[in-house]
This record gives sequence, structure tokens and C-alpha cells, in this order.
Amino acid sequence: MAEEISASFFDRIDEETWEQLEEALILADAGAPTTAKVVERLEHEVEGGAVPADGEAVRARLIEILAEVASAGRAPIDLSAEPAVLLMVGVNGTGKTTTIGKIAWHLSREFGLSVVLGAADTYRAAAAEQLAEWAERAGAELVRGQEGSDPGAVAFDAIEAARARGADVVIVDTAGRLHTQGNLMDELTKVRRVIDKQLPGAPHETLLSIDATTGQNGLRQAKIFADAVEVDGVVLTKLDGTAKGGIVLAIADELGIPVKLIGVGETLEDLRPFDPTDFANALLAE
Amino acid sequence: MFDQLSDRLQATLSEVRSRGKLSEADVDAAMREIRLALLEADVNFKVVKAFTKTLKERCLGAEVLESLDPGQQVVKIVNEELTGLMGGTGSELAMSTSGPTVILMAGLQGSGKTTACAKLARFLRENGKKDVALAACDVYRPAAVDQLATVGKRAGAHVYEQGTDADPVEIAGWALDRAREERRDVLIVDTAGRLHVDQDLMEELTRIRKRVKPHDVLLVVDAMTGQDAVGVAESFAEAAEFDGVVMTKLDGDARGGAALSVKAVTGKSILFASTGEKLEAFDRFHPDRMASRILGMGDVLSLIEKAEQQIDGEAAQDLEQKLRRNQFTLEDFLQQLKQVRKMGPLSGILGMLPGMGAMKQLKNADVDEAELDRVEAIILSMTPEERANPGLIKGSRRKRIANGSGTRPQNVNQLIKQFDQMRKLMRHMASGKTPDAQQIAQMTGAAPRPRVRRR
Repeated sequence: MAEEISASFFDRIDEETWEQLEEALILADAGAPTTAKVVERLEHEVEGGAVPADGEAVRARLIEILAEVASAGRAPIDLSAEPAVLLMVGVNGTGKTTTIGKIAWHLSREFGLSVVLGAADTYRAAAAEQLAEWAERAGAELVRGQEGSDPGAVAFDAIEAARARGADVVIVDTAGRLHTQGNLMDELTKVRRVIDKQLPGAPHETLLSIDATTGQNGLRQAKIFADAVEVDGVVLTKLDGTAKGGIVLAIADELGIPVKLIGVGETLEDLRPFDPTDFANALLAE
Repeated sequence: MFDQLSDRLQATLSEVRSRGKLSEADVDAAMREIRLALLEADVNFKVVKAFTKTLKERCLGAEVLESLDPGQQVVKIVNEELTGLMGGTGSELAMSTSGPTVILMAGLQGSGKTTACAKLARFLRENGKKDVALAACDVYRPAAVDQLATVGKRAGAHVYEQGTDADPVEIAGWALDRAREERRDVLIVDTAGRLHVDQDLMEELTRIRKRVKPHDVLLVVDAMTGQDAVGVAESFAEAAEFDGVVMTKLDGDARGGAALSVKAVTGKSILFASTGEKLEAFDRFHPDRMASRILGMGDVLSLIEKAEQQIDGEAAQDLEQKLRRNQFTLEDFLQQLKQVRKMGPLSGILGMLPGMGAMKQLKNADVDEAELDRVEAIILSMTPEERANPGLIKGSRRKRIANGSGTRPQNVNQLIKQFDQMRKLMRHMASGKTPDAQQIAQMTGAAPRPRVRRR
């Protein structure tokens, strides 16, 4: 959709250059405020002579700035607790269950950790069946409740099962919910509280899944989910399409919540750690 | 829905309004705000550019400058242009004249296809008395077939599935044969979510389309989609030749600019809007009303239609009589409450009222559905006598009702008190007097807001 922002793009710099750069970032869903901030900063540095007005140098500096913005609040996923508890939250259809399947597979098959999955999405029809398939593929144990049962109770049972068996990691899946549904957000806060009660200090990592095709609403999602459950990081899913996922730039910039993982496909190997520089390069690609 | 955009436009235009006459600088300032608001609403960059260009030309035209109230003219123009961009008046599904009508559903992963299939099935059953079958052709996502089977059954549709080992094209063909044999009115074909850049899957979609020759192909689009909506819509237009769009997750606070973008680049109309977790939360999309709504004029027409559908006329007349004679009982109250709740979550209904978008205190008003559940439970725990004459309810009755409804005696008391106040208020209204704010506040249990004194 957008033109590629290559080094030669900056060979001749005028008003139109900045406008086109703005256009590219907005088309990547970075949002008007963050876009304006990044472009103004680069423009200022180029005009002030801090960055030589040379195509290669300007593009390199742009990548640096974008990567820096995307790196806000970065920290690795903490699995030191025994068991380490991961809580997965997000809006409907953003890829929570699939992401959990992939994380479980990596932890179990690559790191040899024993994993328990808690199917606390007791609302969507067949959500537990979906997670059960992933559990089987990953060789993880599944703890589930009845459809419509209390999600907090399922989370509680999952952690209890993990402790009883000395498992290394518990991953709790939750039902997708729109951040505007106050009662469902309260329910999520309660699930978190139940987890903390069962194992003080848990969940050790709360991950929010954001669909790369999401536009500016992603910022609202992140803000409200963070208010409800203290989000530690974002999993940016579905990056294998043409969407650039620029909204995470705005999320990092305005809320200080970093991306931790990205999903680039349907297979188990398609979950990767987030690399800010790669991400910045991809934002400027065609 | 679209709340923040309507706020932004209202703020911009209210300034213009207060000035009376428009200068070119005024128009530019308004355009800048509109451009930003539309970008923030995820309308595609290129669509925004074209839109504001047309808008500016029209705003600078003589019709505005010569008119007495330029501000209002701008509102009107924005409204007209937005309506035009969104597709004028609502479009309809094409129905088959002989044999089952085949509707093919397609979209990206997670856009809400499976749920939309069940909701559409329910919608066609309720509104067109159609006998609907669903074909489960998503064999890729784990448990997708199970999900369709469950929600399809809830929607009262027949679910045709062959598990996950068969080929989706074959399943679709088999389901069509079966729908013909069983003389169903409609067959809705659910397909796997797919990325528009995944060539194999897009080809499969083309093959399914050729196999079942659908009367309608619907693209399911998440209202939260950003700039990429345009690329997605273009690719699906090519592979699936879709005829219309279902917008999902419109109950969130996404401003839904994707609706504008998709329409603008493909020319296809949005036919349906999905607005909640429940199967009933699905309706025709009204582009003309939606534009008014963006401008904060409210979606009153939709609300009226919804109310007409849910509340039957006779019951309403009956109620009016009771109100006039002051015979309104807790039983009537319970029926009323149920009627209103059938229209969907109360927060959704509030959003359709004009001016609500601008009222800060109502912006995040979370109508506590659990509280309404409690009220229902309390009344349901009363005997018919008690419902007709709440004065009977004293000590032991109160305790029994509280136990029966899982509440506390205080809750029962509170409800009866509020009901009494409501009755008084209604008597006032029936006698032609307008209730004052104090009375309304008492009825709803809220304290009246203090008046802000001007210094």
C-alpha cells in the first residue's frame, strides 16, 4: 500500500519528504500523534545538522528512533518463579488461544519445561476443545472446567495442579472480551486476584494479544486492559499479513507497554521474540 | 460506536457555529480537525485525503457563504458526504427464487465469522421465517467445527459438518446437495479465516465459491481494523467477489473507520452490524443513520425500530391504561423490564440516543446488568398477591423473598421504595405534570448533581 521508505527516499529532503514519511507511518497504523512525534524529531535533527543530510544516514537514524520508541519498558519474559504463571488476555479474535498453544510448544519441546494450561475461557463455545488440541500438540497438561463455569476457579485449579505436580509453567487462557464491557473486565480483575491469592506474586507475566490489523482502537484496548490487570507486555499477532502492526508503536510510546512476542504464521514455529530494529525496518518496507 | 469521532466533529463545528460566518481559514481549521479525527477513526489515509478535498470544495462553495448559518451548513455537508461515502441507504441480501439461497462467509482470522454465521442464521429465522442450514467448512482452526455446531444449534439452525478430515470444497458441495434435498431456505457456508496474502487458501476460497455458486458472498470485517482494511478488502474482492460486508465488534469503542474505507475502495455496502456477545446482537447496518450518528445526531430511527420489534402494541396500550388508572404493579414493572432488556444491553441503547455521545457522565456509563438481574430475581420471588400489592411485604415475607432471590432484606426494601417513588412519578406524569429532577434522581437512586455556580 505505502511506498517503501528506502535510503534514496531521503536523497532530496523537502516538505514533501516529511509528508510522505508521515503518510507511510500512518498507513502502518502508528497513529497521528506518535507519527508526528517521530517525524518532528527526525526533521529537527536533520535540520539542526545532528544527522547528516545523506540518505543512508537519515534512514539509519529513523530506524534508530523507531526502534527506540518501540523499546519502551522492555524486559524479557520472566519464568524464574516456580511455577511461573502467565496470564493471557485480549479482545475476541486476536489470537490468544493460538498464541498460548505456540508458547506451550516452545517451552515444552525446546526448553524441556513441564507446562500446565488452564482453560479459563469458559464462555466461547469449544474454546476449551481448541486449547485441548494445542495442549496435546505441545505435550502440556490441560486443566478445564465446565462451559459457563467460573474462570477464576479454573485458574485456581490449574495453578494448584501445577504446584502439586511440580510443573514449571502455568499458562492461563481467558475468554476474549471487548475492553468496553465493564463487567467482563471486572471479571478479569477477579481472575487475576484469584491467581495472586493462590500463588502470591503471580501472575508473573500478563500478556495482551493485539492483532496486527488493529487500528487506533488498539491503544484503548491496551490502556483499559492494563488498568484492569497490569499488562506486562504485548503479543503482536498475525504479522504475516500486509498489516504492519504500527499501533504497538503508539502503545509503547504512550503507555510504555512493550511488545514481547510476535506471531508470524499459523505453525508452531511462527512465534518469535520481538526485535525492535527488525520491526522498525518492516514498518518502512513496502 | 464512533463516539469519539462524533465528539471531535462536534467540538470543531461548534466553534465554527459560534462565529456565524466561515472564512477560508475556518474551513481549513475544520478540515484539519476532521482529517485528524478520521485518521484516528482508522479511515484509510487515501480515503481521508479524497474526502476532505471534496468536503472543502463544497464548504467553500457559495451555498455555505450565502447561507445564514454556515456552521449548520457544514454539519449538513459532512453528514451528506459521510452518508454518500458509506453507501447511501441500506442494501439487502439477494435471495434465491428457487432452491436454497447460498450465502458464503469469508474473512481474516478472528474477524468473527463463525459467530456471525450463527447470528445471521438467527436473524434470517426471526426476521424472514427462514429454515437455515450452516455448512462447517473451517477444517483448519482447532475446534472450529465444534464451535459452529454449538452456536448454530443455539441459533436454531441445522449444522452440516463432516469433521476436519474432509476437503472444505467437498464439504461445501455436499452441504449444498443436502440443503437442496432437505429443502432448506438458506445455506450459510462458514469458511476458515485466511490471510488475504495466503495464495493457496485464497484459491481454495475461489474454488468453494465456484462450487456452491453463492447468491451472496459476505466479507466479515472487524470494526477495529486499521489502515490495512483497504488491502484486505481489495484482495477478498478479487478472490471471493464479495457482495457485501458484515461489520463485527461494533459494540466496542472502535470508531469503525474501516467501514468507510471498505465501502470507498470496493463500492460494496455494509449489510449487517454485529454488536454484542449474544446471538441477538446482530442487525441491519444503516449507513445513512450511521453518518448522522457520527455527527452526534443519534441513531433514533434504529432505536424506534428496535423498540417496535420488541414491544408489542397491545401490551403497550394495556400498560398506558394501567398507568392512567394508577394500577401499575410490580408484575407490570417486571414485564416492562423484560421488554426493555430484550432490546439488548442498556449501555447499547443509551448510545443510540442523541447527545449521549457528548455527555461526559454517560460516556462510560456502565449500566449494571447484574443489578437488573437482581431486581428481576426479587420480583420473581414474590407471590402474585405481593406483586400486585407490595404493601403486604413486611418482616417474614421480606425475609422469604430475600432468601428466594439470593439477596438481602435491605435489597427487597430498597426495590419496593424505588417502585413506590416511580409510581408517584407516573401519577404525576399521567396527570400532565412534568417530574422534577429531584424526583427522577430519587427514582433512579442517584443523588442530584449540584448546580455549578458561575463566578
